[in-house]
Amino acid sequence: MLRIGVDVGGTNTDAALLRGTEVLATVKSSTTADVTSGVSAAIRTVLAEAGVAAGSVDAVMIGTTHFLNAVVEGRHLEKVGVLRLCGASTRSLPPMIDWPDTLRPVVDGGAALVGGGVNYDGSEIAPLDGPAIREACRDWRARGIGAVAICSVFALVDPRMENEAAEIVAEEMPEAAISLSHRVGRTGLLPRESATILNASLHTLGRETVGAFRSAFSALGLNCPLYLTQNDGTLMTADFAERYPVFTIASGPTNSMRGAAFLTGLSDAAVIDIGGTTTDIGMLVAGFPRTRSEGAMIGGVPTNFRVPDVYSFGLGGGSIVRPGDAPTVGPDSVGFRLPEKALSFGGDTLTATDIAVAAGLVDLGDRDHLSQITPDFARRMLAQMKASIETVLDRMKPSAEPIPAILVGGGSVLVDGLLEGTSVSLKPDHFGSANAIGAAIAQVSGEVDSVVSLEGTTREKALESVVAEARARAVEAGAAAETVTLAEIEETPLAYLPGNAVRIAAKVIGELRA
Amino acid sequence: MKYWTLTEADIDRIAVGCGILGTGGGGSTYHGSLRAKALLREGKRIRMVRPADMAPDAQIIGIGGIGAPTVGIEKIAEGGEGVRLMHALERHMGRKVDALLGDEVGGGNGIAPMLTAAMVDLPVVDADGMGRAFPEVQMTTFFIHGQPVQPAALADADGNVLIVTEATTPKMLEKLLRASTIAMGCTALMTTAPMSGDFVRRFGVPHTTSQAWSLGNAVLNARAAKEDPVEAILRQSGGMRLMRGKVTDIARRVSAGFNRGTLTVAGLDEDAGRSIAIEIQNEYLIAREGETIITMVPDLICIVDSETGRAIGTEELRYGLRIDVLSMPAPVLLRSEIALESVGPRAFGYDFDFVPVGISADAPAVPQYEEDA
Repeated sequence: MLRIGVDVGGTNTDAALLRGTEVLATVKSSTTADVTSGVSAAIRTVLAEAGVAAGSVDAVMIGTTHFLNAVVEGRHLEKVGVLRLCGASTRSLPPMIDWPDTLRPVVDGGAALVGGGVNYDGSEIAPLDGPAIREACRDWRARGIGAVAICSVFALVDPRMENEAAEIVAEEMPEAAISLSHRVGRTGLLPRESATILNASLHTLGRETVGAFRSAFSALGLNCPLYLTQNDGTLMTADFAERYPVFTIASGPTNSMRGAAFLTGLSDAAVIDIGGTTTDIGMLVAGFPRTRSEGAMIGGVPTNFRVPDVYSFGLGGGSIVRPGDAPTVGPDSVGFRLPEKALSFGGDTLTATDIAVAAGLVDLGDRDHLSQITPDFARRMLAQMKASIETVLDRMKPSAEPIPAILVGGGSVLVDGLLEGTSVSLKPDHFGSANAIGAAIAQVSGEVDSVVSLEGTTREKALESVVAEARARAVEAGAAAETVTLAEIEETPLAYLPGNAVRIAAKVIGELRA
Repeated sequence: MKYWTLTEADIDRIAVGCGILGTGGGGSTYHGSLRAKALLREGKRIRMVRPADMAPDAQIIGIGGIGAPTVGIEKIAEGGEGVRLMHALERHMGRKVDALLGDEVGGGNGIAPMLTAAMVDLPVVDADGMGRAFPEVQMTTFFIHGQPVQPAALADADGNVLIVTEATTPKMLEKLLRASTIAMGCTALMTTAPMSGDFVRRFGVPHTTSQAWSLGNAVLNARAAKEDPVEAILRQSGGMRLMRGKVTDIARRVSAGFNRGTLTVAGLDEDAGRSIAIEIQNEYLIAREGETIITMVPDLICIVDSETGRAIGTEELRYGLRIDVLSMPAPVLLRSEIALESVGPRAFGYDFDFVPVGISADAPAVPQYEEDA
């Protein structure tokens, strides 16, 4: 299988071409304002470098920060009508109450809190109020609102009311894009609702962006399926991404960690991604990044997306070094202006890269510019950078046992030798394009998080039904049904409750359907 | 009478402080502080009053959340639960309530009474019944000192209100309320029997909202000035640092509806080579170093992030976290013979008697009370 992985970051667009598990070529190019022309250029280059015809590519996988940037910048977002199915409950905290004041007015199309919703045990809080839903829809429609987010209390226990409400909305607003919370989030009403609203708000941009990718690909002569990588590093089909663009929003770090796993063959390791400005450290567990227990903040909005548990700090190739009695490195950086600013390139700023050059760890620029750096000072600064990585690494590790570390990203030249607390420190080939490789090798997942009452059923049956639902979702997202296996199952009895309610979260993973 | 009228900035400080006084439990302050700030923006006011300033015969009720935190984040409060509770009690007693307070200052319950108080425009007494967080209703200084068990009340988001007119013991009240909470969908607001101003002055832990504010203020100011927030907490609280270290192990189990576990912390820097084990039942209860018990319930064990001073809840613990383990003396009322029967080590199933650490002192009221409302 011939696959192209693309990672569209804020500064660089990386592409990697793989045949099976063999990396044929990688390229790094600049991200363009329109995104798609940069992606086209990267793909063209990588194909040319490997001498492969576009027509023989079997799949293209794209990881993009495009939708994240839209939210952060508050641009290209649609106004959303919010339907909360809650009965009397939840009214103390209306939708979007914890959104930043800059973003709320851009997205808020008005909220209707109506009869509906269920309790933790699936019993109804209030019957679904059809007439109230119709009334809200007519108002939204009259005001030209084209996107609706529907969120029911305990939708993850019983999603039926959200589905019924969606049917009513579709009757009243046939053109509207509808996002349902039980397909988007996890337990926790406010963050799940916010994620659903963000998804609805990104709907038009999702359709346009995916459409632009599609036409760029046919222009390139690619006639294979297109996938986007999601927050957890797995894939979704372009069709699915059009409906759920919010799932791409935090995929960047995951791609780089998955790429690191692939390049080294390690499934449990620390990944240290050193860029120009920051170092990101995360943990691979069974081949996937360990996720944060708290949800992600997206453009200042608290959501409960599971994103990699990555610790970021200001150390990179461009970090500014200040000599003196207590010399410091970073956290400020010359960033993308390294080629003009760094001493070794004839600039006026002493950077971490200059230290690496002076110490002979990398051959860049002109070492004659670095006569002021004594070998002793270089050694001392390298040790200091290493120590700061080691401290964060220790904070991130699951236990005191030594684990392997994988260094990726252009700045990983700063690290020489074994890091403390690790059994081995690896810097694989293609380490600079780990993120694009991570996109290329991604699998497909399905996830369900639910609170299940065990009254009238058994624990085994409850687990089985949650896993079946996760499988169905994986297949819908593009997985080959026969390859889907259970990756994670979490079972948490609810504190202060008798033993009849349990929260079950399941995740399954499968290979891409050919 | 002098009041302290809260601002949004005060709510932020109180939320941080309630987190620290939560001793690992007490629930999140997130929903409560969002709601409190929204009420202030609507033009409502939250006025604090010192217990000594309450009329001796004033009627005061305690208000707090009860239920499963996992349910509370999904079936969020309707908002009027406290008002319905209060009105139901007033009808039952045939007299008005004059002020509210929280039975528990630790965690989200430190903010809960302010929300109802804002809606009915009554003051909140700067006192509570725990000075920290404890897992069960009967563990308040109020019940310890003879607060009547009835009438107590429970209200849910859907409009159900229950009044308990007779319960044989505070422990039985806890059982009744918890069973009813389950019927209400596992999240509810509760109140216990009205107390007189004189009773609260004598048996409430004084100025705990002030204490939470001062702790939060110290943390936020230290952060803004790029100073060490943990030092700021210690200066403010009169507590001591048991250790600066990192989490090296956390063993958890759930039993009888409680999250239990043991946390191991290894010392860093000047504490290198030392190790502390902390036993958990929803809250941090006992700290041991080797065979020696160095702090035990009801004295407070507070765990905060070494860099930010943010309180670390028992659910957030995991290997590698850089934390400071702090110990603060329990308020005077919790250390008495009679209180220890309900909140001492034996009440939590340990086979040893309480040995206090540090000198117990009640927190002073914040100076803001000197301003005229």
